[in-house]
This record gives sequence, C-alpha cells and structure tokens, in this order.
Amino acid sequence: MIGLAHYLVVGAILFALGVLGIIINRKNVIIILMSIELILLAVNINLVAFSAYLGDLVGQVFAMFVLTVAAGEAAIGLAILVIYFRARGTIAVDDVNRMKG
Amino acid sequence: MIQVLAFYLFATIVVASGAMVIFARNPVHSVLWLILAFFNAAGLMVLLSAEFVAMLLVIVYVGAVAVLFLFVVMMLDIDFAQLRAGFVSYFPLGGAIAVVLLVELVLGVGAWKAGAINLGQRAARLPDATPNIEAIGQLLYTRYIFLFEAAGLILLVAMIGAIVLTHRARGGTRPQNIDRQNRRRPDEAVRNIDQPVGQGVEL
Repeated sequence: MIGLAHYLVVGAILFALGVLGIIINRKNVIIILMSIELILLAVNINLVAFSAYLGDLVGQVFAMFVLTVAAGEAAIGLAILVIYFRARGTIAVDDVNRMKG
Repeated sequence: MIQVLAFYLFATIVVASGAMVIFARNPVHSVLWLILAFFNAAGLMVLLSAEFVAMLLVIVYVGAVAVLFLFVVMMLDIDFAQLRAGFVSYFPLGGAIAVVLLVELVLGVGAWKAGAINLGQRAARLPDATPNIEAIGQLLYTRYIFLFEAAGLILLVAMIGAIVLTHRARGGTRPQNIDRQNRRRPDEAVRNIDQPVGQGVEL
C-alpha cells in the first residue's frame, strides 16, 4: 500500500527540480516562472497528501489558496515579462539593472 | 495493487516531465511538459481522493496558467538559444543546491516516519460520508469564508494589475466617440456652399 512518505518524496523531488530549474535557467525568465509553478505544485502535493492521510480537510482548502496565489503570480509575472520585452527587446534577466537595485 | 501501479505511473511521469520542463531546449516544449506534469499531479490527487483539488489543478493550471504561458512564449520573438548560454556552467552549483535540498527534505520525511516529529491536532476532520467536493464547500463557505473572499480579491487585483501593466494607449488610432456621435445635430453636420465651377471642393 502506498504510504504518505511516498507522496512526500514525490513532492520533495519536484521541489528540488524546481529549485534546480531556477538556478540553471538563470537567464530565461519564462523557465524560471515555470519552475516556480513546479515548486508550488510540489507544495500542493504535500498539502493534499497530508490532508488525505491525516483525515483533515484544511490541507485541501489551503491547497486551493496556494493555487489562487500561483495563478495570480503567473498572470502578473507574465505581464511584467511582456512589458519588459516591449521596452528592451530581450528577456535575459541577468542584466536587469534598470533600477540599480 | 492497481492503486500502487497507478501511483508509480503518475509519480514517475510527474517527476520525469518536471525534469523535462527545466531541461527542454524549446520553451514551448517546456510548457507542454508542464501540462503533462500537471495532469499527472492531478492523477496523484485523485488517488488521494482529493477530487476537487485535482479538477481545480486541471482547470486552473492546464486551462488557464499553462495556456497563458503558451501565449506569452509564442508571442515573444526571442532567440532562446542565446538565453541558454551558461546553462552548463550553472549546473554544478544548481545540482549541488538541489541535491542538498532533496536530501534535507527526505531526511525530514524520514524523521517524521521515525516518529520524531509530532503532527499536532486536526483542524477539520474529514467527514466519512459526504463527498469531497461537498465537504470542502461546507468548510470553505463557513469557516474560511473571509479567506475565500480574500482569494477572490487577490485574483481581482492580479487581473487589474495585469491589464494595467500591459495596456498601452496607441497613438494614431481613431476610436468611435459615441457621445459626440449622439450630440451631433444636422445643422452642424451639414454645410451648404456655393461651389464655383472648375475648382476643388474645400472640405
């Protein structure tokens, strides 16, 4: 029978893949956004797995809120990406230094 | 038995397509692998009998977020090969960080399995008889109603923000001005002139 630990390990692997994706695709902000989606997916798998195995429904409610934030974040991130591309003609993020921050 | 088989199938595909998301050369392929990962994660959640979150994952992620990514990737005219420069040089550092993170997370799971971590009280016990969607609805619209409304507010702010950011007033267009059209009267719209023969009309 599949235990909770199996799901947690799947979530952990996905989370690590997301972090790896952020680091190795440091220039391509589209892949970085997709990696963030992967990380949030891993978090959702963890939340739902705990919810199911503990018999506690709050995890699934919280997973829904995580999903909401992920959708909003993707929309805003891609909007910023589009206006950045319009202004600069590239999306290489390692030379984003306009604000000298 | 079939559950075990399904779990390993979904888990393998979700991890493999997650890897393909970050390793694919073409971002369009990345988005397609991301869609596959979401579908298989939804399968995992169905196995956990969390049907509502699974369907939400398919509808919101595959139907909205992934399609949004696809639109943006195809809309931008970018040389993606140039963006991959440094991919190999970043790999050792990234791989090291990812492996350390993974080991830490798995150690955490192991510590929990060994009973070192106490998971605390249940906030809302899963009801046995009611279906998953009904149970979530009963919880969401009673105890978490304000959080639910806050989630709606977040989506509204995200929508307005995305529109405000990407909207641009283009010059040179001549949009219809309905107020002016309705205010127009015949005496200011029609002009009688005595047109001399052989000359152009001055408008």
